[in-house]
Amino acid sequence: MKALMFGWEFPPHILGGLGTASYGLTKGMWECGDMDITFVIPRPYGDEERHFANIVGMSQVPIAWRDVSRGYVEQRIGNLMSPDLYFALRDHIYADFNYMNTNDLGCLEFSGRYPDNLIEEINNYSICAGVVARTIECDVIHSHDWLTYPAGIHAKKVTGKPLVIHVHATDFDRSRGNVNPTVFGIEKDGMDNADHIITVSDLTRETVITKYGINPAKVTTVHNAVTPLSEELLNVEVTRPKEKVVTFLGRITMQKGPEYFVEAAAKVLKNNRNVRFVMAGSGDMMDKMITLAAERGIADRFHFPGFQKGKQVYEMLKASDVYVMPSVSEPFGISPLEAMQMGVPSIISKQSGCAEILTNVIKTDYWDIDAMADAINAIITYPALYNQLRRDGLDEVNRITWDKAGQKVIDIYRKVINNR
Amino acid sequence: MKAICFYFQIHQPFRLKRYRFFDIGNDHYYYDDFLNDEIVSRIAARSYIPAAETLLRMIEQTGGKFRCALSVTGTALEQFEQYVPEFIDLLKKLADTGKVEFLAETYAHSLVSLTDQDEFAAQVKAHDEKIMQLFGVKPKVLRNTELIFCDDMAGLIYGMGYKGCITEGAKHILGWKSPNYVYASAGCPKLKLLLKNSKLSDDIAFRFSNTEWDSYPLTADKYIGWIADTPAEEQIVNLFMNLETFGELHPQQTGIFQFLEALPRFAAERGIEFWTPSEAIGKLKPVAELSVLHPISWADEARDTSAWLGNELQNEAFRKLYSVAERVRLAEDRRLKQDWNYLQASDHFFYMSTKHMADGDVHSHFSPYETPFQAFTNYMNVLADFIVRVEEQYPLSIENEELNALLTTIRNQAREIEMLNKEAASMRLDIEHLNEEHRLRKPEGEEKAKADKKPAAAKRKTSKTKKA
Repeated sequence: MKALMFGWEFPPHILGGLGTASYGLTKGMWECGDMDITFVIPRPYGDEERHFANIVGMSQVPIAWRDVSRGYVEQRIGNLMSPDLYFALRDHIYADFNYMNTNDLGCLEFSGRYPDNLIEEINNYSICAGVVARTIECDVIHSHDWLTYPAGIHAKKVTGKPLVIHVHATDFDRSRGNVNPTVFGIEKDGMDNADHIITVSDLTRETVITKYGINPAKVTTVHNAVTPLSEELLNVEVTRPKEKVVTFLGRITMQKGPEYFVEAAAKVLKNNRNVRFVMAGSGDMMDKMITLAAERGIADRFHFPGFQKGKQVYEMLKASDVYVMPSVSEPFGISPLEAMQMGVPSIISKQSGCAEILTNVIKTDYWDIDAMADAINAIITYPALYNQLRRDGLDEVNRITWDKAGQKVIDIYRKVINNR
Repeated sequence: MKAICFYFQIHQPFRLKRYRFFDIGNDHYYYDDFLNDEIVSRIAARSYIPAAETLLRMIEQTGGKFRCALSVTGTALEQFEQYVPEFIDLLKKLADTGKVEFLAETYAHSLVSLTDQDEFAAQVKAHDEKIMQLFGVKPKVLRNTELIFCDDMAGLIYGMGYKGCITEGAKHILGWKSPNYVYASAGCPKLKLLLKNSKLSDDIAFRFSNTEWDSYPLTADKYIGWIADTPAEEQIVNLFMNLETFGELHPQQTGIFQFLEALPRFAAERGIEFWTPSEAIGKLKPVAELSVLHPISWADEARDTSAWLGNELQNEAFRKLYSVAERVRLAEDRRLKQDWNYLQASDHFFYMSTKHMADGDVHSHFSPYETPFQAFTNYMNVLADFIVRVEEQYPLSIENEELNALLTTIRNQAREIEMLNKEAASMRLDIEHLNEEHRLRKPEGEEKAKADKKPAAAKRKTSKTKKA
């Protein structure tokens, strides 16, 4: 079966959970066998893992004819795309886009991030998708998150193949209810045009059905999974402080509930000074949190090391005794699973999607700082609880693999293809 | 000739309230009175009271041919006294018929038999006293918490004066043997064992209202038929279950009470009698010795103690709790002793079971907590406060042995003082005697001279000597 996937992020250059999930799912589906996947991203760097999927970068897709030699293409973008594919794509340019800001190869530039002109970039992505869909044969189209819904719809119109969209988050999660009308419009359009919708948790499924008014019959939950960590990451070496370390790791934004973490920390520190709290990450609420920690008089025990990337994340986890994710609204939340992989007991909010599949974690309401403080204190005070959560958590998370999620997605593909 | 031996368990723990770590050292009251009241009253209204009334009617209607045994824990009795005293009255009525036997068990439904024999004996004694005080009977057969039993306990149980013990007819213990006989314990052959017939007990306790069960609906006629069809030489069928089976696990509208009430009539038709455990033990001889090397119980598929001590959380809590056992025994603070009892209830450990992933539906059904981790955290916080209080009485910095030595010294000194006192008393007595004799002797000499003069005085003196 041939699948054409539209995504925005892909490891190793990722900004959030979307890239990790896209990678894991694609690889998991490939492991199930008999899958030929083309994964389209805005801007590849050339160091992506490519053995299980054909990675196509939109920034190498021509939308305006340029008379270039094979040698020139090879030299310009050879590390990112084969010249054969470039010329095949060039043969499928469907309109004159010379008025746009194209480069020497007739391609558009993409940042591949979340810039201020994001809506424009989404639009450009959709224009390129028309060329890709005309060139690369497929049985099904799969769009990851709202940024690529317009591209998916475009591809569907061009090819007539069924469209599956994958909802990794909705704007209701990101904004605590104050949705951006433009974003909502794009999301709603994507959902209406999709033949089937995959959500990452029942929580998200519920949002899609109630807030976007989608027929429940075409919404299915496929929970995310985790990719096993390499030996190198599992065995990173860190020097641990003599105090216990409690960690929050993620964007410091409204969605992630950082203020509840600070309040819980203040409660714990009142009775137990032998703990350090770490809030790693960056975001628009960071300054506010620094102020709050100072107001509570715990700044000496509360640390802000800033944004962590790559190996640093695992070093941070390795040095932790407790991982806390107090998200107010989390469609899935892959980070507690990563903490569990590193053997760190986790406390997660009941308002997160991963709470639906995890049992060896402590779940509290995000607003219940008493319960959260109590749970933190219990894990650092009672070794039996720490060991139990650590051991059983590791067992549990190792059983949550992407091939199972991949199989579910493949079954959905079969269904939509047969329904045609 | 066959008989059915019914025994119903009644137990309610004192459930703990939500107790946060910042309460440690500040709040010494641990129980959720509201929840306990709510649960105990509800179960009493739905199950205990109608069930007890049914039993009473059955005894009256059969003219005392129906009989059974009840085991009620001390913590349950205390809560009935507080929340549903009318149920205590009903239990008294049942006791007064003389057809209901009350069994011995630990006061607080504890797991102490697995760790501390002296404490076990003390708790069973405390329970016996409570039963004696309320119902005026002395239990003769022991039922340990959750039917936990192993060979090591047999000698102790017999030594405490119980002729028999009730336990589970676990498959891995019985092998090819049938539970429908009286056995003797290999640990102490004089102690007789009554084994639960799991299949027939669970037909009532778990399957009665299950519409997917191939024997549904279960009628009294059919059920007695199954018992009558067991081999003729098997004389006793032990049906042990919780009293909540009637009305709570199977609601009243399933017809469970009518089923129960109809049993004696069909039993009489097939010539089946009802015996209490004491009667069964008195009438039947053990057919063989049964060896139980590792503790068994009636819980879960494994029928072992893994429901309470199956994971690290449970073992840690258990260890911590009993690490202060010796100190609490030395203490005299009544509230401390009361909390000590309540905290030992096996239920607290049951809530911490992580088996819910597999077969632990039962665990989460009974638990007031959402997860075993919450159960553990809450319990450990309470225990931490309790230990602080124990420590206030006897600092933990003093080693147990040292403390023991000190206490022994004190006790020895007390004994010594007592002995010295006694000695002093007897010496004083001796002196008095001597004085007396001396005085008597003196007047003897004088008497001869003054006998005629003062007879009254002499009389007074002789009466004094008599008194001394």
